[in-house]
Amino acid sequence: MIEVRDIHKSFGDTHILKGLSTVFENGKTNLIIGQSGSGKTVFLKCLLGLFTPEEGDICYDNKSYSKLTTDEKRDLRQEMGMVFQGSALFDSMTVAGNVQFPLEMFTKQAKSEMADRVDTVLKRVNLIDAHHKFPSEISGGMQKRVAIARAIVMNPKYLFCDEPNSGLDPKTAILIDDLIKEITEEYDITTVINTHDMNSVMQIGEKILFLKNGLKEWEGSKHEIFKTDNEAVTDFVYSSELFKKVRQMYIEERN
Amino acid sequence: MNYLTQIGSYFIMLREIFKKPTKWRIMKTLVLKEIDELVYGSLGIIIFISFFIGAVVTIQTALNLNNPIIPKNLIGFATRQSVILEFAPTFVSIIMAGKVGSYITSSIGTMRVTEQIDALEVMGVNSLNYLVFPKIIAMLFYPFAIAISMYVGIFGGWLAGVFGGFLTSADFVTGLTLEFIPFHIVYAFIKTLLFAFIIATIPSFHGYYMKGGALEVGKASTTSFVWTSVVIIILNYILTQLLLG
Repeated sequence: MIEVRDIHKSFGDTHILKGLSTVFENGKTNLIIGQSGSGKTVFLKCLLGLFTPEEGDICYDNKSYSKLTTDEKRDLRQEMGMVFQGSALFDSMTVAGNVQFPLEMFTKQAKSEMADRVDTVLKRVNLIDAHHKFPSEISGGMQKRVAIARAIVMNPKYLFCDEPNSGLDPKTAILIDDLIKEITEEYDITTVINTHDMNSVMQIGEKILFLKNGLKEWEGSKHEIFKTDNEAVTDFVYSSELFKKVRQMYIEERN
Repeated sequence: MNYLTQIGSYFIMLREIFKKPTKWRIMKTLVLKEIDELVYGSLGIIIFISFFIGAVVTIQTALNLNNPIIPKNLIGFATRQSVILEFAPTFVSIIMAGKVGSYITSSIGTMRVTEQIDALEVMGVNSLNYLVFPKIIAMLFYPFAIAISMYVGIFGGWLAGVFGGFLTSADFVTGLTLEFIPFHIVYAFIKTLLFAFIIATIPSFHGYYMKGGALEVGKASTTSFVWTSVVIIILNYILTQLLLG
């Protein structure tokens, strides 16, 4: 579980996060949505420990990040997995090399043990055939799956994803969403996803946090988002004609 | 003010490089890879340039020493001094600031743009140690390349001098051994080691802290070349004054 308590983050005179509080539970897919510039990426980077909030605190399973020593912070980082928007795979390494990298860096496992673990996670993301390929030789969807495999290879407690569906076709995007949800439940991890993709919201949004101007505007589940009267949320979620029709149908069905 | 901030950030980066070292098992592979890419991979261009510059230095000296009372062996002497004291350590280092430096800036800068550095940090890896330290260690082998440059430069001078009909082989060899001061070799290698450190770290700084996209990677490479060259030239002056002055 991740508990965020009243965090503030500024860059120079620009106040990005203005007192954000929320809770992300384990075994659930938590989605952060909001317009560009609403502070989603800064918030995610604060959760990852890449940015330090000026005020407030973030607690990971009741451990306050601000009170951790440097070594404890480093240990905590090893309990986090991250899937970057552009996958951020190391292009000088093969698929297997990328997945094996955290094991080589942080464990004392024998080569055979590491290879077994790599095979297990690559099977889990259906990529066992891509073992020896380089990131440049595989598709965007496959790269995302490699990034997921790399993120879960160390059995993390927390999984963070930044726009995992960006640049993917709708079918592949659904595959990635389903995979993240299955992994979240299977490993009982706290998953936080930063997204613009409304399909993801409807598909896997167990908890949705809507940010506006660095503040929490609304939070709830994918079922509640249909019912909300919050104008900022409805404006954002139903900006496309398709979703407007879906909502209309839902309301008509309900009545 | 901005320059001071940059210089401060550079020294903070140097401190960070040596913190929280990467496992030796991984570091060993990285160092070997960097030796291959930065030093071994540069030998071709170093040999090519050294040979022709050595030859040109000899020809220029020969053409300018046309007074009959000046002994011909001074051509060999001038070639040796030019190549050992300045051409091999300084001129080649400036060329390496372009070749190796821009490679370092663009490779690290691309990793920054594609979030690979963020990925390392999120995993808890000291990205500066992982990326820059192997380059510093690899560049410790750079003096070997400069030794080759010295040899090839003088050899080029000998070939051009003798086969161009400017002096005899015996004159050239006499000039080479004339008033030889072994400390000049030490001076050249001290300079080379410091330049190697500069070539490894300044381009890394510009790549690591760059912001933006592909266009900025290109700009960062250019800026890093300019600053590496400026620092090499200033350091060359200071070291010459300190060690030979």
